[in-house]
Order: sequence, then C-alpha cells, then structure tokens
Amino acid sequence: MINSIITGIVATFNRDNIDTDQIIPTEYLKSIKKFGFGDFLFDGWRYLDEGRLDMTADDRSKNHDFILNKEPFTNAKILLTRDNFGCGSSREHAVWALRDFGFKAVIASSFGDIFYNNCFKNSVLPIKLTKEEVNHLFEISSLSPVSFEIDLLKKDLKFDGNYSYSFDVKDSLLDRIINNLDDVDITLEHKNHIEAFEQKRRHQRPWLFDYSN
Amino acid sequence: MPVTLYDKLWDEHLVQTDDTNESLIYIDRHYLHEVTSPQAFEGLRHKQLKPWRLDANVATPDHNVPTDRGNTFDAASIKDEVAKIQVVELDKNCNNFGIHQFDITSNKQGIVHVMGPELGYTLPGMTIVCGDSHTSTHGAFGCLAMGIGTSEVEHVLATQCLKITKLKNMQVNFNGHPQRGVTSKDIVLHLIKLIGTAGGAGHAIEFSGSYISSASMESRMTICNMAIEAGAKVGLAGVDATTLDYVKKHSNLSDSMFSKANEYWQTLKSDPDANFDQTIDINVSNIRPQVTWGTSPEMTIDFDADIPSQGDIDEVNHENLLLAKAYMGLDESKTLQDLSFDRIFIGSCTNSRMEDLRDAASVVKGKKISKDITEAIVVPGSGMVKAQAEEEGLDKIFVDAGFLWRDPGCSMCLGMNPDQLKPYERCASTSNRNFEGRQGNLGRTHLMSPLMAALTAVNGKITDPS
Repeated sequence: MINSIITGIVATFNRDNIDTDQIIPTEYLKSIKKFGFGDFLFDGWRYLDEGRLDMTADDRSKNHDFILNKEPFTNAKILLTRDNFGCGSSREHAVWALRDFGFKAVIASSFGDIFYNNCFKNSVLPIKLTKEEVNHLFEISSLSPVSFEIDLLKKDLKFDGNYSYSFDVKDSLLDRIINNLDDVDITLEHKNHIEAFEQKRRHQRPWLFDYSN
Repeated sequence: MPVTLYDKLWDEHLVQTDDTNESLIYIDRHYLHEVTSPQAFEGLRHKQLKPWRLDANVATPDHNVPTDRGNTFDAASIKDEVAKIQVVELDKNCNNFGIHQFDITSNKQGIVHVMGPELGYTLPGMTIVCGDSHTSTHGAFGCLAMGIGTSEVEHVLATQCLKITKLKNMQVNFNGHPQRGVTSKDIVLHLIKLIGTAGGAGHAIEFSGSYISSASMESRMTICNMAIEAGAKVGLAGVDATTLDYVKKHSNLSDSMFSKANEYWQTLKSDPDANFDQTIDINVSNIRPQVTWGTSPEMTIDFDADIPSQGDIDEVNHENLLLAKAYMGLDESKTLQDLSFDRIFIGSCTNSRMEDLRDAASVVKGKKISKDITEAIVVPGSGMVKAQAEEEGLDKIFVDAGFLWRDPGCSMCLGMNPDQLKPYERCASTSNRNFEGRQGNLGRTHLMSPLMAALTAVNGKITDPS
C-alpha cells in the first residue's frame, strides 16, 4: 500500500461553479505534454499579466492578494471549495495543473462530472461532502491556516484535533490512487471479453462497421 | 419493465458490468481533435500499443486553427508557433497510426461536432466520445454521447471501451410553441437558468415533448450541445422521422444497409411510462429571448429584465454575484439594454449550422452593422456549412452588412486561436460559455441566440427581436 494518507495545508476558494477555464485557461492547452502546468494553475486570478506557455511563475507579475501567492498556501495540498467545482470544459489539463502545483485532494459539495473522473486518473482525490459539512470546514479554515488529514483506506477526513467527517467514493476509483494503477492495463486484462462483444456487434449492427466517407 | 433511452443504449453497449463500481462500455465512434489528443497518442506509443479499431476514429483540427485562411493555407502557415505544433502533431499522429483525418487543408474540415453529423459519422444508437465536453451534441441522434478527458481518449484508442459508472435519468419536457424571436438557444439557456449549471450533474438528460418533436435536427443539436452547461455530460433525444430523414440525407449507407439499421433505429426512444429519477416540464410558449449577464451560463435573464442585484440571496451566492458583476463591468442600475457592445461572434459548435446562419442573415439582410461595433465575425461550423451558405448567398448578406466571413473552426468560442477579445471588450456571442477569460483575457461575454447576436450587431445594443 502506498499513497493512503494525505495531509497538508488547506487553501479555500469561497465561490461556486469554478470552471476548468479558471483552473487553467485555454492558452496553456496548446502544450502537447502531460506535465508542467503547475505555474499556470488559476492563471487569471494568480497573476496580473498575461502569460504564455514558455513562461514560469518567476517571470510573472503576481497578484499578492490571491491565496496561492500567500504563505503558507504556496505549499497547499488540499483545496476546499463550494458547489460544482471543475464544471465546464473536459480538459484534463485542469487536474494536471492542480497535481503539478502540489494539490493531492479537493473538497467540495459537488463536482463537474468529467472533472471528477479525470481526477482519479492523476492521483488527485475529489471528496464530496454535504453543504453543511463544507460550511463547517470553511468556518474552521477562516480564522487561521489549518491542515487536514485524509485517510483513503478509512475514507475519513480529520480536522481540528479529534473531529472527522467520513466520505463516500467508489472503491475501484480509490484503488487507482492508492495503488497508482493504470486504466488501460486493467481493461486489457479483459481483452477477450471486448473481442467477443465486438464480434457479436459486428454481426448484429453491421452498419457500424461498414462505413467510410 | 419500461426502459429509458439512456438505459437502452447503456445495456446495448455493456461489455462487462460491475454494479458497485465501474462498467466497461463499448465505444462505436471516437472523434479526435488537436488539443486533447497528443498526450493520449504519446501514451499509446509509451505502452507500445496500436488503436484497437481504426475505423471507429475520425479526426479534425478545430480548436486552435486560424479562421482567416483562404485557399493556400496549410498547417505550416499557422503563425502561432505553439498552436502550429499541435496541428502538425495531429497530422503526424493520424498518419503514423492510420487514423482518418479531415486536415486543415480539407474542404470538409470543421468543428468536430458540426462536421461529424454532416458527414454521416454520427449514426443513431451509437456510443460517441471525444475529448471535448460538447460531445453531448451527438445525443440529438439518439446516441449516448459524452465528453471525456485525455486519459480516457488514450483508453478508448487502446481498448475501444470506456470504464464508467451509470448515470441517473432526467427528463426535460419542452411543450408548446416558441414565440417569435425565440429559438432553441433561448430555450436551453432558460433551462440552465432554471436548474443551474449543476442541475443535471450525475444525470443523462433526455429532451422530449412536443417542441422537441417539431424541432429540426439542428435545433436539437443546439439543445443537447448545452446539456453540459446544465451540468449533464449526456444530453439526448429519441429517434423519430426527423432524425431518420437527416441520417438518410447525410450518411452514405447503401439502401439495404439503411433499411436494416432503420428497424433497430425506430426502437431508440424511451418506452412510454419509463421511470426517470427527475422530470421537469417547461412550457416553451412562455419563454422570452434569453441573454446571459454574468460569468456562468446560469446567470441568464430575459433580454429586457433587470440584472440581478443583492437582495434575498445567501452569502455564497452574494459573493458569486459581486464577483461576476465586477468582472462584467456592471453597476447596480444597469439593464442589458443599456450596454454598448464592441464585438459580435456568430459561430461555435452550439450555433454555426445552416439554420443559425439563415436566422442571423434574415436580421442582417439589407442593413449595416452599428458604427459602435469594432468587429463582427461569422464563422461557419464546417466546410460543408460554408459552401452551402455561399451557395445561398448568405456570405454576401453578411459581408455587405460589414461582417467578416471566415473559415471553419472553434474561433472565438475559446481564446485559443487568433480570434480573441481584448481586455474589457464586450461581445454578443452565440457560443456556450461566458466564463471569465473564455473569449480572451478579461473579455466580457454575453451568450445569446444567432438572431439576437445579429440584431445586436445592427443596433450596437440588445433590442427586442420580436
């Protein structure tokens, strides 16, 4: 077992519907790589100037009021926000940017469906809590910087000493983060099933296999 | 037991089920574009794998291609060096792996969600995926269609399957007849206003009712396209005579193959009395033209209503409202009709089809765009739309009025190609997202129908389309 405990500083984003265009703007989607997006996370809020892919955080004019530019949040590992985080565009770059910055978990009252799925492919844990629980965590985090501890095996979140909330997540999804598994490898173990299904389909629905334009 | 259309499609494509976790679903069609595919192809190379089934894949560059290209343009002509790499990379990947591509020089190239159905690559009953959230568009054909991330693009290329959990069923019944000046865009914006951008999360939304039955395929595509803005990654509509007419016209299936398929396609609708987890009934006769005021598609109002102010809303929403108003440059007293517009964008996978261009042209014909508008562009969704519009003389109507007539692409829907807003410019846009910075850093987007956008071009302001 690896990766079963996540601990770290919590950064709060007190707004609903943070879309993936905010998490990483389209300009940085021109990269053909899967890493190197951390400096562009929340780019529009984090910097005062307009950036390009070939720039780093050091080249930029920072918005010093923005939470991720303040200590100790430059080392935040957990992001706490409200409703519908990661809605909008399907860009997996949003998760890559969170991961590359150092975030290991995002806590929200709900998530965009596509973003939620993308998280598990990249070892970022999305945690859904109720609105009341999220409210409570905001209260706790508003006074001074706090750290949470997340236990992936017990599926619970410890805060403020001895308090904890439990959360629900599908075991197969969690397993990918804990054991760093690759979906393609897992699915190809069922290669024979897929081949048999496809053969049957080719016979039943031939128009799907007889097409060119 | 009566079954919903979504459940029928799910069962039809189920390779392997796991009730508590994820299931394997077979994918019939995979569309690819330049932005979300390079890392997936790299993953295949790394694992020394080949695409599972080549003929299921179709590619085209659309997101970052310039839209003023002309006839001699090719990938090498792209001035933005970073964007060029992505388009060239798609060429290389398609050539190396043997995937069919309508490249930047093809007269069929276009926005993948416009091009696919027009060329008959979208057929009823298919599962369709693409690394783009507006893949829900294809649900208009009775398909299970959804946007996926790049890891999933790699997974579909390598295994022809997607590993996902089943969604819940939501039904939205649109009944009645829309008023003059109200289009499918207004109807879907109204829905998003009503249920919010998270309203459909975790659900597949099936659109039905007398309005949908009477709507064209293009209108149905506009509505399914924006299901994702209502939080649902899947939007769909049952197959009927309108669907089959479109498919007959656009696919190149032989007559015998078509009639074989037709028998199955007729079954692609929810059974009467099928159980939905949620049902919403909307009388479209009461809907008025809709325009967004803020930075989320749910921040929508009737075009002549007051912009919301802080009243009876809770603390979080209060914060959302203030942030959105500040970004959009709106003070307390303003209505949308008071605002002056700088730019007009008619295009995107939501509204760049023939019906949209005809609507816009009907308003613009014989008129000139307002002197206050610094640039107005019309970007047809595909090479086919462009050719058809030119045959009908629509390009001339637009150009005579002062619009720029462009080449197909995603254009100003997202700030990825040269078509972008400058900071603080205000745009009347037929696209689907008014997020901060979506059309360019600090740009201000108001979403509306092609009819409203064209009218705004002529008047420089939002006016009554009826």
